[in-house]
Amino acid sequence: MAALSATLPDDADVAVRVRGLVTGFGDHVLHDHLDLDVARGEILGLVGGSGSGKSVLMRTIIGLNPARAGSVSIFGQDALAADPEAQRALRRQWGVLFQEGALFSGLTVAENIEVPMREFLALPDAVMDGLAAARLRQVGLPAESCTKFPSELSGGMKKRAGLARALALDPPLLFLDEPTAGLDPISAAAFDNLIKLLKDTLGLTLFLITHDLDTLIAICDRVAVLGDGKVLACGTVDQLRAFDHPWVQEYFGGPRGRAATGDST
Amino acid sequence: MGSSISWQETGDGGARVVLSGRLTIDDVATLADALATVAPRAPGLSVDLSAATAIDTAGAWAINSLINRWNDAGHTAEVQGAAPDIVRLIRALTVPPPPVKRRADRGNPVFARLEQIGRAVVHQADNAGGFLAFLGQTLVVLALTLIGRRRLRWHAVAHQGEAIGVNALGIIGLLLFLVGLVVAQQGAVQLRQFGAEVFTVNLIGRATTRELGILLTAIMVAGRSGSAFAAQIGSMKLNQEIDALRTIGLDPIEVLVVPRVIACSLMLLGLAFYGGMCALIAGGLFAWSELAMPPAAYITRLQEVILVSDFAIGMIKAPVFGFIIAIMGCFHGFQVTGNAESVGSRTTQAVVEAIFVVIVFDAFFAFFFSAMGYN
Ligand SMILES: Nc1ncnc2c1ncn2[C@@H]1O[C@H](COP(=O)(O)OP(=O)(O)OP(=O)(O)O)[C@@H](O)[C@H]1O
Ligand SMILES: [Mg+2]
Repeated sequence: MAALSATLPDDADVAVRVRGLVTGFGDHVLHDHLDLDVARGEILGLVGGSGSGKSVLMRTIIGLNPARAGSVSIFGQDALAADPEAQRALRRQWGVLFQEGALFSGLTVAENIEVPMREFLALPDAVMDGLAAARLRQVGLPAESCTKFPSELSGGMKKRAGLARALALDPPLLFLDEPTAGLDPISAAAFDNLIKLLKDTLGLTLFLITHDLDTLIAICDRVAVLGDGKVLACGTVDQLRAFDHPWVQEYFGGPRGRAATGDST
Repeated sequence: MGSSISWQETGDGGARVVLSGRLTIDDVATLADALATVAPRAPGLSVDLSAATAIDTAGAWAINSLINRWNDAGHTAEVQGAAPDIVRLIRALTVPPPPVKRRADRGNPVFARLEQIGRAVVHQADNAGGFLAFLGQTLVVLALTLIGRRRLRWHAVAHQGEAIGVNALGIIGLLLFLVGLVVAQQGAVQLRQFGAEVFTVNLIGRATTRELGILLTAIMVAGRSGSAFAAQIGSMKLNQEIDALRTIGLDPIEVLVVPRVIACSLMLLGLAFYGGMCALIAGGLFAWSELAMPPAAYITRLQEVILVSDFAIGMIKAPVFGFIIAIMGCFHGFQVTGNAESVGSRTTQAVVEAIFVVIVFDAFFAFFFSAMGYN
């Protein structure tokens, strides 16, 4: 069991450390003393049933949702209690892709990507435009989509534009909420490759919420399973497949799970 | 800050550039500048990255642009001393990137301005046509509802009625009370010069029941509820909720517009009456304290000066104004497209146009009823 614990040793080099986190809405307690560590430079996949609180956990870690108890530290800094100046410095360290994309509806795709650059860096327009084009290329959007407004994009294109914005500053830590949902399998595979490339070259740390078993298997170093307000188990896909819990068994041992892991038994 | 660039000559006449330190987004502007200083020349360029300690996508983009520039000029350019992953990162950005534009071109400013004017005219004409169509649709559904062919959603009417009417009681009562006081006080000051202070009661009685009470209430409701209708329906539109209603087989006019129109008309009737009363009470208090006219005398006098027709005219106008406010708010809500900015501008338009049309109608009513002999 110890191998599947969600926590790493105290002296480990962690990017995100969550301890005793309690969140809820009204009487409903969503996370009940949840512990989780994301090591620096790893890709942590987070899975769990729909409504189990994955998005809320992400929002709590990045400070958008109040925690009732517990602590969150990011790169060793207390994220929940940081003063505004420190918060701003922390925000420079991470990029976030929301489940719904959350693009600014009044700005074009290129302007959306340039928002973080404008906010944190003083770059000439030509450089920003060049970087925006490079980002679009990276996430696989056609160059002519840069002048489009979010309402003129397809669902998958919105996802990719949101990803391009999250990547805009090459942040060392990325929070992605279901980045491949709504993408065709080819684009999803291209996403996996992009993330792997960025991780290898930039040493990214990734907190990745996904239901995409192929992504989990292709790029995640560890996978955490969220259930009953806690992390049920955390380990490699192979370890989890051997883990004795009905939901985990169903998840990885069901027909889709078996198909993705190439297991025909 | 963290990076340094040095250009060197190579023996064969080409160039070599050594990049060292951190090639990241923090320094990308200086990096791009420094890389553009040397013009491409034969036979080519080699980029030495062996001393670079960190490269991110922005750095890779700058190097990639450099390589592209030399290649486009017909010379070779290659990267040396970089890890395979870095080379992949740089390569992955190699596209024929047509220079990115943030917005579509505007073109010649004169033509653009003319085009803008033309567009605005067409847009307004379109808007007017669209409004008439919307008005027609609403009236048809309203008529069908009245003869019982469409369901009236009582629940929605009650809910809107609460938001439009009940929740506005405080602010409208206060507003009309203050206006009543001001009218009485200013009237008394002027009429005192002719020793005709008692006629203050005529002023306050007629002005509030026939004109002021209704108009001010309507303006307040346009600001409170007309804007709310436009914003509610507009954000539902952005969220595709209107489309969802249609696909389920519900008529958005029936579900969203008719309850608002009915509730707003009825509530404005009630609010106008209530507002008029508040103004009369304020006038009465003023008369009592400043003109030494006891409440009983004030009421008797009001009964003499306020004609039944004044009261009836006010009560005819109120539901019409309510209808105008609701239909303007809903229409502009349905016109929202694209982005959050559009919700804002349509909300503004809903309020401004509702108040404008209300005042136009008020003027029309004033002349109409005078011509009919109701002075
Ligand atoms: N603002 C909120 N107010 C009240 N309840 C909320 C709020 N946000 C989320 N919840 C509840 O919290 C629970 C978890 O929501 P969350 O969005 O985290 O689910 P999820 O695990 O991300 O699911 P999915 O895989 O479908 O995205 C749900 O039951 C949801 O109803
Ligand atoms: Mg979610």
